[in-house]
Amino acid sequence: MSVLSGLSTVHQALIGIYALLLIASGIVAALLRKGVSGSGELVARVKSWWWMIGVFTFAILIGPAASVIFLGFLSFLALKEYFSLIPTRRIDREVLLWAYLAVPIQFYWVYSEWYGMFIVFIPVWMFLFLSMVITLRGETEGFLRAVGTYTWGLMITVFALSHLAGLMFLGREIGNPAGGAGLLLFLVFLTQFNDVAQFTWGKLFGKHAIVSKVSPKKTWEGFLGGLATTTLVAVFLGPFLTVMDPLWSAFAGAAIAAAGFIGDVTISALKRDLKVKDSSGLIPGHGGILDRVDSLTYAAPAFFHIIRYFYA
Amino acid sequence: MKLLRLAFFALVIRPVLLILLGVNLRGREKLPISGPAVLAANHNSHLDTLTLIALFPLRDLPRIRPVAAMDYFLKNRFLAWFATNIIGILPIDRQSGAKEGANPLEACEEALVRGDILILFPEGSRGEPERLSGFKKGIAHLARGCPDVPVIPIFMYGLGRALPKGSFILVPFNCDIVVGDELYGEEDISAFMTRYEAEMKHLASDLHLPVWE
Repeated sequence: MSVLSGLSTVHQALIGIYALLLIASGIVAALLRKGVSGSGELVARVKSWWWMIGVFTFAILIGPAASVIFLGFLSFLALKEYFSLIPTRRIDREVLLWAYLAVPIQFYWVYSEWYGMFIVFIPVWMFLFLSMVITLRGETEGFLRAVGTYTWGLMITVFALSHLAGLMFLGREIGNPAGGAGLLLFLVFLTQFNDVAQFTWGKLFGKHAIVSKVSPKKTWEGFLGGLATTTLVAVFLGPFLTVMDPLWSAFAGAAIAAAGFIGDVTISALKRDLKVKDSSGLIPGHGGILDRVDSLTYAAPAFFHIIRYFYA
Repeated sequence: MKLLRLAFFALVIRPVLLILLGVNLRGREKLPISGPAVLAANHNSHLDTLTLIALFPLRDLPRIRPVAAMDYFLKNRFLAWFATNIIGILPIDRQSGAKEGANPLEACEEALVRGDILILFPEGSRGEPERLSGFKKGIAHLARGCPDVPVIPIFMYGLGRALPKGSFILVPFNCDIVVGDELYGEEDISAFMTRYEAEMKHLASDLHLPVWE
């Protein structure tokens, strides 16, 4: 540990993540050598993890500006994926352009640390503005569907996800010892960890579906097992990466696990309604951006506002 | 000029496709590795040609020739220069079929003999975006003339939403491209067309096509 003690806690946590990734790669390589069926899919999945974690590491280590640009781009990709999946009206092509414009503006508010504007821009101003622009197109056929679907997409993919970038600055504001990067890493790691934990518990003991029509494989056993595991990991990780003591860390971990689950099934409901399996084919082995950030669409705002309410 | 075309694709088209648009490609392994071949796709947008060209490695660029109507693309000097030198179109005369003895596909056949990969839009024009209009039979005639050259059906969806006919504003959308199994020419023109149409319908049925009214 003496070598590691010279590094910041964020660096140490990242080293831990890479160690996990190496172990996962080793297991997949062993499965591949044994010729276990379906390991080709796992290889693609782990390869993509290397890419995603690599880009993410780069983005949070280089500084807040790089993080905001990276997370803003992620948000744009999620919004684009959403607009490409849903039915849109021909007449609304330019309306969608306005919606896209909200992405750089929203992330600019984050970067300029203007909390008031960050929190009202999309729910108030873009919500009213987009509805106005759609009205002024002058076509009433399909109006309600257009207003509803475009603004919901903007809330989920831009407003909700922009809280990820918000954490970078919230960390500094509350004097988090590991900075904003510490908070962001805590949230993103636990959310992704919870996905895997819920999946594994569900696979092993899953019997009673929670919302069978939306997601038949999401079970109470998987959910509760994941929640317990994530809470336990949070107890250890929280004091290390955040200002929270073990008890608050446990609470935050449970909140992330529960919110992550809701985010996951919400995007599942969307995909099921549209009758698609994956939101796109952008990330081999994972599907699209929305498939990967589904849990974060709920977990990010929930965690952000818990921290802000109790610590800022 | 070759360098300019290379730079245009490497520095403009590829980044735009990667960032503003996004291509979900299925059946990449069915794309030809070398010419001669004919890519026969449906047509929704000016972006179709650029996107199909960008599916290939940059070193193949000189070999890839989109077949385009002379009367549209050579109508003014700037467009003609751009279409010929940057996009690398192979101009064909749509009207010449009416003339006695002229073969409008002669230039295409020559290019295939040279080993080029042609991009052809059997619908003839972009028409109503994201709606298949009837396929013209030129493709079947070309395939009959070059029976050893594979014709690869390609179904595209989404670029017509991003940049439909008559619009100059690009709105970001992902697009889907599905590559089908290769077909070869035969004596019976309408039999070839039936096979091509069936393959295109089959490729389309694999996709989720959001309503766009």
